[in-house]
Amino acid sequence: MYAFELHHAKSVADAAALLAKTGGKALAGGQSLVAAMKLRLAQPGHVVDLSGVAELKGIRREGDHVTIGAMTRHAEVASSDVVKGAIPALAALAEGIGDRQVRNMGTLGGALANNDPAADWPAGVLGLGATVVTNKRKIAADDFFKGMYETALGADEIIVSVSFPVPKKAAYAKFPNPASRFALVGVLVAQTGSGVRVAVTGAASAVFRCKPIEDALAKSWTAAAAKAVKVSATDLNSDLHGSPAYRAHLVSVMAARAVDAAR
Amino acid sequence: MGASEQGLIGQSVKRKEDVRFLTGAGQYTDDITLPRQTYAVFVRSPHAHAKVRKVDTSRAKAAPGVVGVFTGADLEGVGGLPCGWLITSLDGTPMKEPPHPVLAQGKVRYVGDRVALVVAESLSQAKDAAELVDVDYEVLAAVVSPADAIKPGAPVVHDIAPDNRCYTWGLGDKAATEAAFAKAAHVTKIDIVNNRLIPNAIEPRAANASYSRSDDSYTLYVANQNPHVERLLMGAFVLGLPEHKLRVIAPDVGGGFGSKIFLYGEETALVWASKRVGRPIKWTGERSEAFLSDAHGRDHVTHAELALDKDGKFLGLHVKTIASMGSYLSTFGSSVPTMLYATLLAGQYTTPAIWAEVIGAFTTTSPVDAYRGAGRPEATYVVERIVHQAAVEMGIPQDELRRRNFIRTFPHQTPVALTYDTGDYDASMNKAREIADVAGFAARKAESAKRGKLRGMGYSSYIEACGLAPSNVAGALGARAGLFEAGEIRVNPTGSVSVFTGSHSHGQGHETTFAQIVAARLGISVDAVDVVHGDTGRIPFGMGTYGSRSLSVGGSAIVKALDKIVNKGKKIAAHLLEAAEGDIEFKDGKFTVAGTDRSKTFGEVALTAYVPHNYPLDKLEPGLNETAFYDPTNFTYPAGTHICEVEIDPDTGVVTVAKFTACDDFGNIINPMIVEGQVHGGLAQGLGQALLEHGVYDKESGQLLTGSYMDYAMPRADDLPSFEVATTVTPCTHNPLGAKGCGEAGAIGSPAAMMNAVMDALAPLGVRHLDMPASPHRVWQAIQSAKKG
Ligand SMILES: Cc1cc2nc3c(=O)[nH]c(=O)nc-3n(C[C@H](O)[C@H](O)[C@H](O)COP(=O)(O)OP(=O)(O)OC[C@H]3O[C@@H](n4cnc5c(N)ncnc54)[C@H](O)[C@@H]3O)c2cc1C
Repeated sequence: MYAFELHHAKSVADAAALLAKTGGKALAGGQSLVAAMKLRLAQPGHVVDLSGVAELKGIRREGDHVTIGAMTRHAEVASSDVVKGAIPALAALAEGIGDRQVRNMGTLGGALANNDPAADWPAGVLGLGATVVTNKRKIAADDFFKGMYETALGADEIIVSVSFPVPKKAAYAKFPNPASRFALVGVLVAQTGSGVRVAVTGAASAVFRCKPIEDALAKSWTAAAAKAVKVSATDLNSDLHGSPAYRAHLVSVMAARAVDAAR
Repeated sequence: MGASEQGLIGQSVKRKEDVRFLTGAGQYTDDITLPRQTYAVFVRSPHAHAKVRKVDTSRAKAAPGVVGVFTGADLEGVGGLPCGWLITSLDGTPMKEPPHPVLAQGKVRYVGDRVALVVAESLSQAKDAAELVDVDYEVLAAVVSPADAIKPGAPVVHDIAPDNRCYTWGLGDKAATEAAFAKAAHVTKIDIVNNRLIPNAIEPRAANASYSRSDDSYTLYVANQNPHVERLLMGAFVLGLPEHKLRVIAPDVGGGFGSKIFLYGEETALVWASKRVGRPIKWTGERSEAFLSDAHGRDHVTHAELALDKDGKFLGLHVKTIASMGSYLSTFGSSVPTMLYATLLAGQYTTPAIWAEVIGAFTTTSPVDAYRGAGRPEATYVVERIVHQAAVEMGIPQDELRRRNFIRTFPHQTPVALTYDTGDYDASMNKAREIADVAGFAARKAESAKRGKLRGMGYSSYIEACGLAPSNVAGALGARAGLFEAGEIRVNPTGSVSVFTGSHSHGQGHETTFAQIVAARLGISVDAVDVVHGDTGRIPFGMGTYGSRSLSVGGSAIVKALDKIVNKGKKIAAHLLEAAEGDIEFKDGKFTVAGTDRSKTFGEVALTAYVPHNYPLDKLEPGLNETAFYDPTNFTYPAGTHICEVEIDPDTGVVTVAKFTACDDFGNIINPMIVEGQVHGGLAQGLGQALLEHGVYDKESGQLLTGSYMDYAMPRADDLPSFEVATTVTPCTHNPLGAKGCGEAGAIGSPAAMMNAVMDALAPLGVRHLDMPASPHRVWQAIQSAKKG
């Protein structure tokens, strides 16, 4: 790790000002950022700690939405009665992230800002058609994820919370990479007010919606319908743990399993 | 405790050492910080293969806090790291032994090769300075697979081996084997790869070296399994230091699995530099460095053929293996795929003719050396995979084909140099089958099928050779060291006992097992015995821990020293009791005049030895302190049968180990709980090899693709089934404990059982070939290609 200066933000406005002034990096759970700093892959001169910002915390049900603060830890989502009651798929998704230590530190906001191609949260946010609320604007999930580790966020833009519409039914099925246990392929299926949504993580350079499965499930909400879809392997990731063809196959298999599990 | 010999041996005494390990009181190398400590970072090669045109250290030397920067040029004249075993090729020429420099000399040969050593006041200053070392590389082509390395035109790793062959070696009888194949009714052939493994001990390698001007001596703390071997190799072969001027201390060590047997360049460079900078230097490897620079394991490519008669009797076995040495010959790298491999190819079977040919190949990868099992897992994998395949091809049940070929008379001379002293292979097979509920398999398979899953069962009836080694035999085979073990029993005046052993415990629980042996023999409490190990300044010259040798060889040395203690005690007691020495019996901690109730306790005799007021000083030296060296007369032969049951999800390729039974014969057992723990650990590593772990280098660039846990799949608790483990006992015939060794069996026997189970499950789909690890992706691909036909 290189030397850096640590700042403790007291409010979102304070954090934004510090980020703008120093050109530094926001620090949430540190599970991605600190690891990169230790490996000397990231070298921010200034780090702005968000853990003391009250506005970023908490889980609330607001009508037909559940709003989760950016600094909410994965473990808090996993054990939240509000989330378990309204969108059990999200609680299960959070419970499947990393290990206990990671879940106790890692946050929703950090995971979204980081937008790791194999992260679980992006599938939850895109699959449910959630809205990312920042200190500057509201960004629809469909506009938020831009590519590998890339989002619509500006340099001093801070995620404040994410608002999830409560779906009729949803589930997330993850096929873990045998080494990292990030998603080799993770699929969130949902019946939402605006139709069927299917979001896939792990398979490509960034989370994406799988139109062919959405169409199939719109016609027939069954596991068999999802499984019957031959997903194209073009542009899917290739590494030691899975060829594009394997990943494409797993998208259908995991989608089918998610349909079976959806409630 | 005062338990009798019977009482204490065979008892699951809780591990004494765990109190300090579990309460964070362990003292590992990194915990030791010396006055005026400095910190080291190694600049490592980012290339698999390159000429080093120039190393410019001027910017690094000028960086804040830097105490010294050293490169290969500074070490000119210093020896290279030696290899401990000379292998002679079939044509009678000695193996090619290219120089293995402490810091690169002119060339780098794997990603992670050491180029420079930076020493600074703090670790972060050393890291900052390391980034300022400017190295001008001329990148050369990489070659990562041993099979590719020996192909004509492959990039040449060392000039002295233009064909990248370290040796072409053979064992067995080629003509007899060819004759056996000529009369065979059936021949089974397989091609298999034994996947490269990266050891991943929980404690990374670490060292802390210092030089003392007052007596011109060095002290090295190092995470190591055999401090005397480390001292001998470093002092005599590399740095030219006499042994009395170099003290090597291996304190608590967090796992070794073989990777900490070897002499590495890092600690050697530290010792050398500690005098140059005049201050202690500490280096603790980071996980990424461990992945790159610890000696890796396995990495064989093998073609094997088994000749059978019409009844399934094995007539001959022919094995051809290309084994990776990696970039340099590590300490025992040359012996692992030869002496520790081909000698085990008879397995548990009477196969009368065997011919094994092994080519050792240099590649631009981390050196390859012993890793838990070392050669024997590779041999077991060849034998048990081909036996499985032969049974399938001949339509003979798996257990039946094995039984038709079991060795049943002992001693048994194999065609590959070993003489098995004892064993009962039917007993372990029968017990394993019973525990595995083989009878219920068909029903379980049907139940799996109902859920759309494939179930399979696989056997592995393995044997290994432990208890390294009869020194004269090893010497004749090319070993460059003795392989005895040393033990010293120091009875203290008030009756407590300090045991000094040349064995080293880095997870094995010696502090408990050895204490049980001593306490049982002397009739004292386990708590009154302390076991001291890992310090050349305190213990007699010993060879350390590897090859499951500690109990059978190290323990036997302790038993021999105990014999001497008891004999001397009898002399002292005879004097005190005014009886003839021959009339004194020692039992339950008491020296008694036979047939009387007149006795002296062990404590009284101990005190008398050190306060010799009433003592035969004219005939007997005072004190009660004995040392013994034990050199075994044969190897020991742990053996057993492992039975694995897997369930495969054909949709995803996921293999789940549903049931795993290991029935092992380790000879006599001192502490069953520790043995069970050793077996569990070995099985976890075996499962890792079979299903998860794979060290992969990129074919083109030679970069390690599995350089972190993001890509290298270590087994986790939830990957493992609840193991069923049991033992049968045929005591070893040639050591005083009747013990054979249990540390590696799990890793040796299990991969073949797991893969045979996977092959059994996939057979109905037409899958004929699959290499380890049977990862979901590979299993799915195998199913897809079988579908295509
Ligand atoms: C061992 C391990 C296993 C893991 N396994 C998984 C897994 O299975 N699935 C998975 O999805 N993830 C996994 N992760 C990643 C984990 O979920 C991280 O917590 C997450 O990716 C980052 O969240 P964080 O709160 O730690 O963010 P940090 O590491 O603190 O920050 C990450 C990035 O986000 C930025 N940032 C943080 N908060 C905000 C904000 N409010 N607004 C704007 N930018 C912000 C930071 O500046 C930084 O660039 C794993 C991590 C580890 C260490």
